[in-house]
Amino acid sequence: MREQIEGSQAVARAVALCRPQVVCAYPITPQTHIVEALGARVKEGSLAPCQFINVESEFAAMSVSIGASAGGSRAYTATASQGLLFMAEAVYNASGLGLPIVMTVANRAIGAPINIWNDHSDSMALRDAGWVQLFAADNQSAVDLHIQAFRLAEELSVPVMVCVDGFSLTHAVEGIDVPDQESVDSFLPPFVPRQRLDPDEPVTIGAMVGPEAFTEVRYLAHARMRRALDLMPVIAAEFAAAVGRGGGGLVEPYRLEGADLVVVAQGSVIGTLCDAIDELRDEGISVGALAVTVYRPFPVDAVRAALAGARRVVVIDRALATGEGGFLAADVRRAAPAGTPLHGVIAGLGGRPVTRASLRRCLEEASRGLLGELAWLDLDTTLIEKELAGLPGGTDVHAGPHAG
Amino acid sequence: MNIPFAITLDVGSSLANKTGNWRVERPVYVDRLPACNQACPAGENVQGWLYRAEEGDYEGAWRVLVEENPMPAIMGRVCYKVCETSCNRAQLDEAVGINAVERFLGDEALRRGWPFAPPAKESGKRVLVVGAGPCGLSAAYHLRRLGHTVTIVDSERDAGGMMRSGIPVYRLPRDVLTAEIDRILDLGIELQLGTRVSNVEKARAEGGFDAALVAVGAQLSQRAEIPAGDSARILDALRLLRSVEDAEPLRLGRRVAVYGGGNTALDAARTARRLGATDAVVVYRRTRERMPAHDVELEEALAEGVQVRWLSTVSRADAGTLVLEKMRLDETGFPQPTGEYEELDADSLVLALGQNTDLSLLEDVAGITVDDGVVQVGPDLMTGHPGIFAGGDVVPGERTVTTAVGHGKKAARRIDGWLRGEEWRPAPKHELASFDLLNTWYYSDAPRTVRPQLEPARRRTTFDEVVGGLDETNALFEARRCLSCGNCLECDNCYGVCPDNAVVKLGPGKRYQIDYDYCKGCGMCVAECPCGAITMVPESI
Amino acid sequence: MPTAPVKFYQVGSFAAGNRLIDPSLRTVQSELTRSNSLTSGHRACQGCGEALGARYVLDAAMRASGGRLVVVNATGCLEVFSTPYPETSWQVAWLHSLFGNAPAAASGVAAALRSQGRTDIRVLAQGGDGGTVDIGLGALSGMFERNDDVLYVCYDNEAYMNTGVQRSGATPPAARTATTETVGPEPGNVFGQGKNLPRIAMAHGIPYVATATVSEVHDLENKVETAMGIHGARYLHVLVPCPLGWAAPTNQTVHLARLAKETGIFPVLEARDGEVTAVSAIRHQVPVEEYLKLQGRYRHLFRPEPRTEVIARIQAAADANIARYGLVSDDATEPPAGGAP
Ligand SMILES: Cc1cc2nc3c(=O)[nH]c(=O)nc-3n(C[C@H](O)[C@H](O)[C@H](O)COP(=O)(O)OP(=O)(O)OC[C@H]3O[C@@H](n4cnc5c(N)ncnc54)[C@H](O)[C@@H]3O)c2cc1C
Ligand SMILES: Cc1ncc(C[n+]2csc(CCOP(=O)(O)OP(=O)(O)O)c2C)c(N)n1
Ligand code: SF4
Ligand code: SF4
Ligand SMILES: [Mg+2]
Repeated sequence: MREQIEGSQAVARAVALCRPQVVCAYPITPQTHIVEALGARVKEGSLAPCQFINVESEFAAMSVSIGASAGGSRAYTATASQGLLFMAEAVYNASGLGLPIVMTVANRAIGAPINIWNDHSDSMALRDAGWVQLFAADNQSAVDLHIQAFRLAEELSVPVMVCVDGFSLTHAVEGIDVPDQESVDSFLPPFVPRQRLDPDEPVTIGAMVGPEAFTEVRYLAHARMRRALDLMPVIAAEFAAAVGRGGGGLVEPYRLEGADLVVVAQGSVIGTLCDAIDELRDEGISVGALAVTVYRPFPVDAVRAALAGARRVVVIDRALATGEGGFLAADVRRAAPAGTPLHGVIAGLGGRPVTRASLRRCLEEASRGLLGELAWLDLDTTLIEKELAGLPGGTDVHAGPHAG
Repeated sequence: MNIPFAITLDVGSSLANKTGNWRVERPVYVDRLPACNQACPAGENVQGWLYRAEEGDYEGAWRVLVEENPMPAIMGRVCYKVCETSCNRAQLDEAVGINAVERFLGDEALRRGWPFAPPAKESGKRVLVVGAGPCGLSAAYHLRRLGHTVTIVDSERDAGGMMRSGIPVYRLPRDVLTAEIDRILDLGIELQLGTRVSNVEKARAEGGFDAALVAVGAQLSQRAEIPAGDSARILDALRLLRSVEDAEPLRLGRRVAVYGGGNTALDAARTARRLGATDAVVVYRRTRERMPAHDVELEEALAEGVQVRWLSTVSRADAGTLVLEKMRLDETGFPQPTGEYEELDADSLVLALGQNTDLSLLEDVAGITVDDGVVQVGPDLMTGHPGIFAGGDVVPGERTVTTAVGHGKKAARRIDGWLRGEEWRPAPKHELASFDLLNTWYYSDAPRTVRPQLEPARRRTTFDEVVGGLDETNALFEARRCLSCGNCLECDNCYGVCPDNAVVKLGPGKRYQIDYDYCKGCGMCVAECPCGAITMVPESI
Repeated sequence: MPTAPVKFYQVGSFAAGNRLIDPSLRTVQSELTRSNSLTSGHRACQGCGEALGARYVLDAAMRASGGRLVVVNATGCLEVFSTPYPETSWQVAWLHSLFGNAPAAASGVAAALRSQGRTDIRVLAQGGDGGTVDIGLGALSGMFERNDDVLYVCYDNEAYMNTGVQRSGATPPAARTATTETVGPEPGNVFGQGKNLPRIAMAHGIPYVATATVSEVHDLENKVETAMGIHGARYLHVLVPCPLGWAAPTNQTVHLARLAKETGIFPVLEARDGEVTAVSAIRHQVPVEEYLKLQGRYRHLFRPEPRTEVIARIQAAADANIARYGLVSDDATEPPAGGAP
């Protein structure tokens, strides 16, 4: 049943439907509403026997989740930004141990300068930490992806991070269809851990592995991750069958048929992007979009297939590999058919709105071949030039949307 | 569980990693010689029987004890306890009351009628033992248990030697003495009393004995030339003591002086008190520190009202009075006359100046050497005459019941070997379990149990036994004060402190074993063994 | 056995076992059936106090929980020497996650067990002093403050041993470590630093805090047993001498632990709900030199010249402990089953 609710509340309800057994988190904007809602459910008893643990840091939150998962329970946590980095060591540890923890990252910029608003810097920083990363384009997909995330994590014994844009999704009230318990139960069986701490069957979990076997350990982790690419479409299909609605999969195409220009993006920018594409199509520009849902492992084949007909590719990144460019762009470049011109666009950093108008402008330029290899959406060039003038090396830096 | 590769491991799999090859030294369990065992003139396995007693297994303890000494009830009363003097526990608080526990075991055995185990088989050999004192009795016991036929011959009316004719009844009740002697004789030993042997070789040959032991003690009192008036009453201590035994006590008068400084002197003085003397004064040439009598004996005597004139000699005896000369000690500690005199009222003077041997039974025997009044023997106690052995007071050494018992055992074992034609070889001794080898932290602090003593007032008038025994609780307590020096006491400490679980516990009574597959040779078990029963030895690489 | 109880038992309760006392009074370590939770074949140095302490603690905890135990271990020597692939020395259900998160991971395990209704299974977390007083302190404090049902055991060897003996917040003054070398005007670790974690734990008001050493296994086991009988956050701080880091002979580990207590340098105590409830009396008080001179990390206090004023400062600290906790007063508890009748 479709209701108007805040994204965070919807995510909390989706997580609750998955019957987590341990929820542990540390507050950080914009993740707070999700865990507050879960905390309330545990406290009122509606989520019994789930345990909700208030900890002293994100490092502890992930560590508690590790313990809980190793203890054989379905474990969930949520964080963002500084919090994700604060738990980084444990993030790697969870995947290294093969613990199927599900974590929401309410995407937010990373300081300094401290900034509470949305971008993808946090998830990108830990994109290769051995976790599956799923990016929600809207709150409906946020809901659906969380439910699928548990299934995927537990089938593979790999942790899954569901990336939901801070504020623009977490705090947005939308019409969302949250499935009922019965359909979720039919889709997501109770957690059967691959290994757990059990006095009846004691094992040593977390041994020290030296050069003689470390490569093999990593290879096996790699192989399990790659299996996510096969599994995710299957899971998405089963999810659709269970709840009577699609959602998920590796990538989500939008009006790709006959598109000369394909825009690749992830997260909440997809909605605005689709609106801009509709307008551009109306104006006769043949443009389509590809939303990357599974970002890690990167679905190279699916992306390549989607880009097969493209003459030109634009990749929108809501994060910056400083001094380099976009993360997604780098990945797409790998997948794009050889010789296809590719423009990276850095957009929406630290919560700057990505407006339909700006996107239209940018895509129009792209369709006319005027966009450089790396472009910056809505960059204040006057300011930049003034600042750069004071730098050693002068203004000899390409800047602005038209820069090459 | 389908466990992930390498990250997750099956428990206990490190047993495949044999860390024993790290070792440069290895711990080895040893049995070291406890100081008490080493000191005991009777060669008792003191630590061994205490170990049993600690567990409350008194019969077991007694049986270990009587492997070496058949008379624990007597030893527990008359022994001078050199074991306690050397006891390591003395360096911690006070020596273990070994002798008191021994007496408890001895008494317990008599009370319960525990018999000795009979000999396993008969050897067909016959041995003559001359003298039924502690040496002769001990030898007879051991010889009999080794399967030999033994005949003891003694000139007295009763067996016991000086234990009966010398040691006063208040120190050694005669029922105890008789009971322990009877138990020895019950092994099937022939005893001929009232028979004086005048030539031991002749007696051996005539009796058809394969070997003989001379254990006739020192029966003659040492005389002293003291100018004396006609009516002066002078007698010797042995006569006095024997007269009590014979139930015809001598009349000594109210004031009795005893001349001498040994235990015999004190026994005589204490006996005099019991016979009615109001004053019993020991006259001794030197000081208290130099007195050969044991301190306890002196303490007991003083407590009973015996007085001592230190640094005095008797220079003249008259009826009712003695003239004493004062002495002083020279640089070498020898007493020198001062020329100062004093008088002491005394109705009689008892001489307790030592005993001499009567070795007439050896006079015509070939090969025998007598020096300084004692028979010369080898370390195996054989005299110069093959097949004739000697022990106890007749040979050089300490003159104590304990030494005599030890000689008896040693002679018996040697006679046994000799009869079987074996070469004599001294038994190898274990390394001494000295105090520095102990880790005394582990022992509970516990001072010694004091044996109950008769009220001194009662002692003065009766011949009741002065020193009481321990009750069971006290005996057990006392036994448990033993540190078990050098011998595993199964405290599980090595098993506990090994960081590598390389000590294997074999179960009660079976001790432990090192698992050299895993022992890294840290030496912790050695350092933390309370009793020094483990040692480190270098690995031969 | 006699009817009158004889309370004096030769080695009393000082040794691991004692054939003369009632089996119920013997230690778990003395028993054939102990679980050897940390079994042979581990790669700890010869005479490692941590290996010893861990087996003492876990075997006692296994006994107390009827074998229903799971263990979470911080990074450090204990973890490294026990679990190099392909062999593990643990014979309990065991998890190693990170250096600084053992308390939190343990909280997670406890939460999981609670959510599964498997409350018969008990959780024990353990780590070295570095993992406990330094990098793991935040997580530990959180676990304490939430009163999570975890017994946390710190094996204090007074430095970061696994990385090569660097100073930790538990390194004592004057001790040489690789980061407090014996150079300069104040050689070794400086005075006036460091933290007392048992007291920090007590300040959390958790139900049970205790200290112990590897030299008194009865006491240590009693404390583990007591702790296991309580639910909520519990803390046990065990002094475990390290022959390598302390530069001491490998056979002196237990002896050094004993001296640490007997000098007053390491007070052995028990606290409930934030208040000290019992202290172990010093049995044979010894001056701190006796303790210091056995250890190479204090060699500079004796050679080339004795640095008596530094030794006096260490003695003063020991004396302060003795005064603070009444370690030589009559109130101090006697070791059980060790006294005279
Ligand atoms: C008063 C006194 C108190 C003592 N108190 C103690 C004490 O408390 N503790 C201690 O350890 N020691 C004590 N002693 C010493 C101890 O009694 C002797 O050292 C010990 O008895 C010597 O034992 P033995 O077997 O060599 O000789 P004895 O005990 O003297 O026995 C020798 C036996 O041989 C017999 N005999 C002698 N000649 C012949 C012969 N020709 N034919 C047949 N039989 C013969 C004798 O009648 C006697 O029975 C004491 C001695 C005396 C005199
Ligand atoms: C986050 C992190 N920082 C540093 C280390 C390196 N490290 C591993 S073990 C260790 C020292 C452990 O010291 P302690 O906890 O006292 O245990 P010990 O080895 O002394 O038993 C250090 C610093 C690490 N593994 N993780
Ligand atoms: S304590 Fe263990 S490792 Fe050390 S020497 Fe003894 S048996 Fe060997
Ligand atoms: S360095 Fe110390 S704590 Fe580490 S294994 Fe060696 S002795 Fe044990
Ligand atoms: Mg340490």
